[in-house]
Amino acid sequence: MHASLPDANTLIARLADALAPTLTPDTLIVGIHTGGVWVAERLHALLGCKLPLGTLDISFYRDDFSRIGLHPQVKPSNLPFDLEGRAILLVDDVLHTGRTVRAAMNELFDYGRPASIRLAVLVDRGGHELPIRPDFAGLTITVPDHQNINLSRLDDGHLTLTLA
Amino acid sequence: MNLQLAEDGRLRHLLTLDGLPRAIITQILDTAESFMDVGEREVKKVPLLRGKSIFNLFFEPSTRTRTTFEIAAKRLSADVVNLNIATSSQTKGEAILDTVDNLAAMHADMFIVRHAQSGAAHFIARHVAPHISVVNAGDGRHAHPTQGLLDMFTIRRYKGEFHNLTVAIVGDVLHSRVARSQIHALTTLGVPEVRVIGPKTLLPAGVEQMGVRVFHDMEEGLAGCDVIIMLRLQNERMKGARLPSAQEYFKFFGLTPEKLALAKPDAIVMHPGPMNRGVEIASEVADGPQSVILPQVTYGIAVRMAVMAMLAGTGNA
Repeated sequence: MHASLPDANTLIARLADALAPTLTPDTLIVGIHTGGVWVAERLHALLGCKLPLGTLDISFYRDDFSRIGLHPQVKPSNLPFDLEGRAILLVDDVLHTGRTVRAAMNELFDYGRPASIRLAVLVDRGGHELPIRPDFAGLTITVPDHQNINLSRLDDGHLTLTLA
Repeated sequence: MNLQLAEDGRLRHLLTLDGLPRAIITQILDTAESFMDVGEREVKKVPLLRGKSIFNLFFEPSTRTRTTFEIAAKRLSADVVNLNIATSSQTKGEAILDTVDNLAAMHADMFIVRHAQSGAAHFIARHVAPHISVVNAGDGRHAHPTQGLLDMFTIRRYKGEFHNLTVAIVGDVLHSRVARSQIHALTTLGVPEVRVIGPKTLLPAGVEQMGVRVFHDMEEGLAGCDVIIMLRLQNERMKGARLPSAQEYFKFFGLTPEKLALAKPDAIVMHPGPMNRGVEIASEVADGPQSVILPQVTYGIAVRMAVMAMLAGTGNA
């Protein structure tokens, strides 16, 4: 537990406030498994989105597959809508190297050609290795490479950020 | 030593379901589940095996199995080469390994092997370099693990669980590598009652030792079943004097609507294909509402994708 990390739910509320004026009724929200889906679920509810929530598991698009193999628990991606020509809000918990987001965008394009993709993350922790930056971040901090920020969910649904 | 598993316990080759841990089987089924939607998308491919070369090495003819392996590999973005090698020019083991060495020199990453001789895939797996994986696509009477796995996937999709099922395998178990793989998988996954039904001449001696109940009367064997798996009756068996005639066989062991009615009302009917209509199964059943024979084919693609993805991820390529 790190004393200086803010409460995840406060950050999600802050994100929702920043997002609210920018969302059109036909914006599709897509969360990246697993933490990104938790954040996306909250945003989806807070923003009162009428369209179903999309989820992505990027295991089949990872660039380190040949080194580390398939993640043992791949979840199905679920995009219950046609992406063609739509505005997408992509949601993840922590932005680090940017490789997950690259993989997620590649996967999205295999479902269709969206009109636009914007990125919202709970925490942008720095350490980017690709030209990928968030359009919305609940928190922007710099964390040393050897440390990780993790979002976890308790049984009661409460979300917590930890630094380890 | 278990040839199929790497030191860290991950899948290294897929040769048989005999002794394959339940956790690995479940992981394959779960992974296949997540590949199911790839076939429905705009782009029916994922980039997982981009740059990998997969060789379909078929020493025995097969259309369906080879095609589904080919589609599965292509959906994973691998490059696929199909080789149908006439068995006549491949009579000795040494020649097989020559073929394999030549293909390995072309930078093969995976071999999908079908051979009329039991143990052929094991033989190749023992021989290849550590970065090459081997999948058994059917060897003699021994095993056909991906068929067994796609059957488990089908059962799980329709029945949800394994621990409360009664499953019957009907027909020529003696010559069936499919049946052997199914029995191993069903018992590993915890199916409490696996039955084999067939004439004495088509059931292997001592099949009870595999943990199954034996029935020679089909009506009796089908009673209360949740899943009925029909096996293909090879026409050549008729000539071998094991059976009087196709008509006679159908009368006793062909699945008709009347016999199907003895199983549970929501029982599903499976068949690995290709079917002999009017020999082991009546058309009304094969095309009827309880038949899941065509979904089995579709699921076969997702299951083979899962196997290949897991294998490629444990190589050191």
